[in-house]
Amino acid sequence: MISGITKDHQRFRNIIKGRIRKDLRRFLTRSELIGREGRKAISIPVADIDPPHFRYGDNSDSGVGSGDGKPGDQADTQGDGVAPGGDQEGRHILEVEVSLDELADILGEELQLPRIEPKGRKQITSLKDRYIGIRQTGPESLRHFKRTYRRALRRQIMTGAYDPTNPSIIFERGDKVFRSWKTVMSPQSNAVILYMMDVSGSMGDEQKELVRLEAFWIDAWLRRNYQGIESRYIVHDVRAGEVDRDTFFRIREDGGTRISSAFKAAKDLIENQYVADEWNVYLFHFSDGDNSSESDSRECCNILRDTLLPISNMFGYCQVASAYGSGNFINTLHEHVADEEKLVTSRVNTKDDIYDSIKAFFSAGK
Amino acid sequence: MSSPSTSSHLTDELAKWRDIIIEYARREELDFYETIFERLDIDQINQVAAYGGFPQRYPHWRFGMAYEKLQRQHRYGLGKIYEMVINNDPCYAYLLNDNALVDQKTVMAHVYGHSDFFKNNIWFSKTNRRMMDEMANHATRVRRYINREGLEQVESFIDTCLSIENLIDPHSVFVMRKPPGGSKPVDSSQSNEPTRYPAKTYMDRYINPPEKLAKERQDRLDAAPGGTNPASPVRDVLLFILENAPLQDWQADILAMIREEAYYFAPQGQTKIMNEGWASYWHSTIMTSYCLRDHELVMYCDHHSGTLATSPGRLNPYKLGIELLRDIERRWNTGRHGIEYDRCEDMEQRRKWQTMDPPTGRVVGRGSPGREKIFEVRATHNDVTFIDAFLTPEFVDDQKLYHYRYDPNTGRMVVVNRDFNKIKQQMLYMLTNHGQPYIYVLDGNYRNRGELYLGHRHNGIDLQIKFAVETLKNLHALWGRPVHIQALIDDDPMLFSYDGKQSTQQRIDKALESPALALN
Repeated sequence: MISGITKDHQRFRNIIKGRIRKDLRRFLTRSELIGREGRKAISIPVADIDPPHFRYGDNSDSGVGSGDGKPGDQADTQGDGVAPGGDQEGRHILEVEVSLDELADILGEELQLPRIEPKGRKQITSLKDRYIGIRQTGPESLRHFKRTYRRALRRQIMTGAYDPTNPSIIFERGDKVFRSWKTVMSPQSNAVILYMMDVSGSMGDEQKELVRLEAFWIDAWLRRNYQGIESRYIVHDVRAGEVDRDTFFRIREDGGTRISSAFKAAKDLIENQYVADEWNVYLFHFSDGDNSSESDSRECCNILRDTLLPISNMFGYCQVASAYGSGNFINTLHEHVADEEKLVTSRVNTKDDIYDSIKAFFSAGK
Repeated sequence: MSSPSTSSHLTDELAKWRDIIIEYARREELDFYETIFERLDIDQINQVAAYGGFPQRYPHWRFGMAYEKLQRQHRYGLGKIYEMVINNDPCYAYLLNDNALVDQKTVMAHVYGHSDFFKNNIWFSKTNRRMMDEMANHATRVRRYINREGLEQVESFIDTCLSIENLIDPHSVFVMRKPPGGSKPVDSSQSNEPTRYPAKTYMDRYINPPEKLAKERQDRLDAAPGGTNPASPVRDVLLFILENAPLQDWQADILAMIREEAYYFAPQGQTKIMNEGWASYWHSTIMTSYCLRDHELVMYCDHHSGTLATSPGRLNPYKLGIELLRDIERRWNTGRHGIEYDRCEDMEQRRKWQTMDPPTGRVVGRGSPGREKIFEVRATHNDVTFIDAFLTPEFVDDQKLYHYRYDPNTGRMVVVNRDFNKIKQQMLYMLTNHGQPYIYVLDGNYRNRGELYLGHRHNGIDLQIKFAVETLKNLHALWGRPVHIQALIDDDPMLFSYDGKQSTQQRIDKALESPALALN
């Protein structure tokens, strides 16, 4: 009897996506989106798409309510009284739910990011047992109660053994049915993202905020491209250590910077836990580029060239602007490792640069 | 999705209860259309609700938007739809199929209240009672246009039309402004088209020379009194545009459909409080007098009070409507009405009011003067007149109504006072034209350049400028020539214009040419 609503709904979603896409640059800078992740969908506000009407303006904010209270008491719940504006649709912001995947798709379309091709030999096949069938024999623990019950009930009704006033159902052997499984092979590509961040004294809250945003979108895009992706986090000043996600974004240390410590830690972690042939490895390093010594920077270049780049799909270096320091590390990288195409660098000075940074990282489709 | 014929008809038990409820409703002298109930699951209910109660509407994204909102509401447990009924003959109503029996009974009783209201309230008397078919026709036509003109084209035109769908005149359906018979007489002396002599195509150029036609057309335009001017300010802006704007056939058809639907839905906006109040009055009466079983009592009370619940800063139309109807019934049953009562200002005396001759006959329920009064009220009033005529200080006091206002210091709504006159005034204010501004066509040939000039009748509240400017753009898309609207903003008369390229606003002063008509 009902047709068309699915189409209308689809159309509405497309319009919404178009809106988000148009405003993507602005969305990329919204820090309130973060923290809502983890849930499958995030609700984001878009400018109301309802056609404009001639309507009353803001000096109409009074109305009639009912309840207790003396003059001066608060009268609103959410301010959505029956004001003369007759504005029952709420205010002019529409909250829509968009899944992270959809958001990542929009990101990909707008930035014209190619889908990532997992390396061929890294596509391993996993075997999984799925309970998708039914059969007459099996262990009691797999008995399908509902079906068994139905068969028993049917049998009792047919044989006249069923008594509505005393509806007890007793199974017989022939009633019992069991779940059965089938082994399915599913191709799987595994990926790990390793985030490294400089938490030395010169990285302030503002810089961390940029890192958080950038990492959020990197995560969103890579998760869209791989199933079963893992994220690992390393922080460093002069020493490096692995932390959990939460700490990664909140921790604040003082002290100097030795970037090579992080690179070494990354190398250890990957070599020990992620077999290079089976994993797509993504490395991202965020820093303000103020390394302690030029010799350490050069050591970094060596580690990159010799180990990290060969075992990874890409290495993204993102340099955020800081009030202190030279920010020279990016130049050193350009100078010494410029010929490696797996190395991608970008500078993010303000939130607005995130858009271009993401584009720089993923436009190669690796 | 299942078809209604196979799965959505009533179960035997529900059908039995429907017949019982019909019997009691008839006994209480309700007079309703035949009402067809369909049982739907929550997803189907949401789909129908997104379409405004109809199984079919023309394709448009805003129904999809409504659907998503409903779905989300349901998913987060923010309430579900209990009843939905459409004004049609026969009436169609929907029941949510996993509701408990007591809910289904309540909803059915409620629906017969609505059905009676649709059939008997004067404001519904001009609505199309075959709207179910009409909506399906609209859907078919729009789909055909989409196939021919393209989705984007038609959709954006619909968006444009929806932008002005509130510019109708709900009273105009009762006024015969044009002689019946519909179409205008085709008389070339009345239109601006020059006289054409019949001619074969190859001779047309000679018998009807283009230069002469052009000259004649110009002469006619010059001589025409005011071009396409209305005789008096026109509130039905949609109709004016329909008749005078250069629209293609399919565009005119779509605009006409949207106008028709706007008029169809208008009475529901005009009678929200009364309609819901009336239906609640009847589900309450029928359930508590006849149909409620002992074990259902608690659940019934729970859901009934949930429907009638009030929250701060919000007026619940169900609550207001049912209480006011009951108040009227009580007052008429106890003689608390008439000129003497209305004039009496001594609250104590009003409280103990005794009429000279106490009412005879039944004093409560069927056949009582109060009951007769509310039947009369449901036939003749709309929300504005309902509140205007029957709101009393005692009622405002009982219902704990207050007047609130935005407090710029705290950014919250704050109770101002409980003054009867202020509250009544504010309520009427909110209900008048159901919260829409009054917009009139003042000139269809402004400055003799075929520009459209609208005026906003100010009654205390300014137009929202940003929206007005955006709406003008859509109006321009329909009218094809520059459009203007005059409005009072902060006590200054302003003129907002859009000429297809840019939006302008200016203060109205002597130097500016005035439109053909003035707002009185």
